[in-house]
Amino acid sequence: MRHIISLLMENEAGALSRVAGLFSARGYNIESLTVAPTEDASLSRMTIVTSGSDAVIEQINKQLNKLIDVVSVMDLSEGEHIERELMLIKLRAEGDDREELKRLTDIFRGRILDVSDHTYTIELTGARVKLDSFIDAIGRDLILETVRTGASGIGRGNRILSL
Amino acid sequence: MEMTGAEITIRCLQEEGVEYLFGYPGGAVLHIYDALFQQNKVKHVLVRHEQAAIHAADGYARSSDKVGVALVTSGPGLTNAVTGIATAYMDSIPMVVISGQVPTFAIGEDAFQEVDAVGITRPCVKHNFLVKDVKDIASTLKKAFYLAKSGRPGPVLVDIPKDVSAHKTEFVYPMSVNIRSYQPPGRGDSAQIRQAALLLMSAKRPMIYSGGGVVLSGASAQLTDLVRLLGFPCTNTLMGLGGYPANDKQYVGMLGMHGTFEANMSMQHCDVLVAIGARFDDRVIGNVEHFAQVPRKIIHIDIDPSSIAKRVKVDVPIVGELKLVLNELLEVLRASRQKPDVADMATWWSQIDEWRATGGGLRYKNSSEIIKPQFVIETLHKLTGGDAFVTSDVGQHQMWAAQYYKFNHPRRWINSGGLGTMGFGLPAAMGVQLKHPGETVACVTGEGSIQMNIQELSTCKQYHLPIKILSLNNGYLGMVRQWQEFFHGNRFSESYMDALPDFVKVAEAYGHVGIRVDRPADVEPAMKEAFSRKDDLVFMDFRTDPTENVFPMVPGGKGLSEVVLSEDL
Ligand SMILES: Cc1cc2nc3c(=O)[nH]c(=O)nc-3n(C[C@H](O)[C@H](O)[C@H](O)COP(=O)(O)OP(=O)(O)OC[C@H]3O[C@@H](n4cnc5c(N)ncnc54)[C@H](O)[C@@H]3O)c2cc1C
Ligand SMILES: Cc1ncc(C[n+]2csc(CCOP(=O)(O)OP(=O)(O)O)c2C)c(N)n1
Ligand SMILES: [Mg+2]
Repeated sequence: MRHIISLLMENEAGALSRVAGLFSARGYNIESLTVAPTEDASLSRMTIVTSGSDAVIEQINKQLNKLIDVVSVMDLSEGEHIERELMLIKLRAEGDDREELKRLTDIFRGRILDVSDHTYTIELTGARVKLDSFIDAIGRDLILETVRTGASGIGRGNRILSL
Repeated sequence: MEMTGAEITIRCLQEEGVEYLFGYPGGAVLHIYDALFQQNKVKHVLVRHEQAAIHAADGYARSSDKVGVALVTSGPGLTNAVTGIATAYMDSIPMVVISGQVPTFAIGEDAFQEVDAVGITRPCVKHNFLVKDVKDIASTLKKAFYLAKSGRPGPVLVDIPKDVSAHKTEFVYPMSVNIRSYQPPGRGDSAQIRQAALLLMSAKRPMIYSGGGVVLSGASAQLTDLVRLLGFPCTNTLMGLGGYPANDKQYVGMLGMHGTFEANMSMQHCDVLVAIGARFDDRVIGNVEHFAQVPRKIIHIDIDPSSIAKRVKVDVPIVGELKLVLNELLEVLRASRQKPDVADMATWWSQIDEWRATGGGLRYKNSSEIIKPQFVIETLHKLTGGDAFVTSDVGQHQMWAAQYYKFNHPRRWINSGGLGTMGFGLPAAMGVQLKHPGETVACVTGEGSIQMNIQELSTCKQYHLPIKILSLNNGYLGMVRQWQEFFHGNRFSESYMDALPDFVKVAEAYGHVGIRVDRPADVEPAMKEAFSRKDDLVFMDFRTDPTENVFPMVPGGKGLSEVVLSEDL
């Protein structure tokens, strides 16, 4: 099953490679991994999207907790949460397609950030499935470039990952 | 007063009460060696290869409850140390390794003798640090010792660039450490402990399976009390030998690939299993699916949550420091009016005795013509009264030592279990002998393994270490040969040790005593002669039966009851 794991870790050189190294050394899947500092400059927040059996996910959580630089870990998928990913996508936009692409972008609540004679560059945010369906709706032929950030996640309501 | 980073480094070691520093100098650690030269509290032991420095620090740690400490230079010094570090990591041995690094301004420029020490060691250390500022040396070393020793122990690497060791700052050694992201477990959960107690009392076919955690936590007394109180059978892993006395009647021997038949059968057929500081290694329970075929309830006590439910499903997990958990469990059991059922226990023990008879315990057919390796170990046991420190290398000789030397005390059996590092035995023995001068330290090795760190005979000479080396020379990489015999149609591909040196002459060349032993009748006299030479290192080259195999054996991937027993019985 797909899991979104959030963690707080010391904002130190090498901390990221400890996490990435753990996943490759133990053969765990990584669908995406994002990391950036938080309001507390000493901490980074990381979101890892992974998949595996219950036993594997349990080990992943334990192994992450075991890393000395990791302060706290939460498996967001175990409760109510919000998942968002940002995509920047450049499309070939010519002739009749231009109108159609604009319409699709509106339906998906995207924004056209840049326009040239032959291209549109679109920004889209949402859960992974939404971004996937946008790509499907456009069709591979018109896509020139795709940049996705990977998922970030946060718990709903009182589910807070803190020190 | 301002001090250099190098002086601070040595001062920190003094503050930590470090007796011995095992190391090898080089460019990046010249300042540290200079600081070392100008003091006399920390004694440096100059090895002949950095791998040996780490193994020696490791042997020192395993035979005591102290942190082993080593110092190596950058680049090749560090890479040579990696095997030793990984060895300590796999067996959870507390250790601090200090490595030199190229100056901070040269890092990343492919400078002379530069390697990414933190990157290379990351997967085989508990934690590591690159110290970029002289002001951080003291606090980093304090953390390193704390991390190495607390929780599940392990090696910690501190990489110090050359310029950092030359810079100056005030020396302040922190009184305490607080790492917000690291809180090693203490007591176990009381509700879980009560549940474990209930389960133990209701067992019909109980089994106590204990491992290296008992030795590491110093919980042998608690384990022994528990086993005796309950009247249950107890087995030890290779790493746990001595954690429970081998001469006790409730002890069923080591379990696992080369464990006794009765230990493995009891493990397979028990209905309640309590795992104490043991991690269900693949060499221990064999095939997990086969193991899971028999339904049983499992209680697992370990300080590391990731050891629990890693390979088998656990019913009552207890995360905590063993000594504390066992103390509490003992209290609960003593206070309880319920006792294990007498009739059930009698039935279970008679079953175990039956297995004992079938499997023959540990027996081999001795010979008056050719030296049987098991006989050498039995003789060693007899002559040392079971009280020696025994280090070992890796291979058949390691298994025979584990099987036939009956360890009654923890920290006497020093071997590389998790990584299985050939070349461990002799340097580890150096660390043990330094920690325990005047005690008998025997290194059981093979003609293959000993050659992986034989240069340390020179270190032994320099520091007057009267280690007794027992080489079970079968002329083969015996453990490899055994697998080739069993599983590869007797095709002995590259497992024959050709062109062996004359080990007696090798020993003599290094200034030691060498004895070659060819006949069974000479085994005991030779050993007596060796042990009577209190001040000498004696290298005993026993020419043993090259065809002898280690039994019992649970072939890799098989279940615990699918065991191959010796045809000799
Ligand atoms: C050639 C060869 C053959 C082998 N054959 C066998 C064999 O037949 N049988 C066998 O048993 N092994 C065998 N081994 C060794 C095997 O590979 C493992 O190293 C060994 O079984 C692991 O032992 P253990 O489970 O006791 O764990 P260890 O590696 O000793 O781990 C200790 C456990 O205790 C925990 N712990 C540590 N400190 C504490 C504390 N204070 N409180 C609570 N918990 C703590 C740790 O978290 C860890 O989970 C063999 C090795 C070699 C090289
Ligand atoms: C560094 C290293 N290389 C290879 C091995 C694989 N290996 C395990 S046992 C063994 C043979 C050891 O031979 P020897 O020391 O003569 O012991 P014996 O088995 O003959 O008693 C080998 C090569 C290992 N464990 N360690
Ligand atoms: Mg051999």
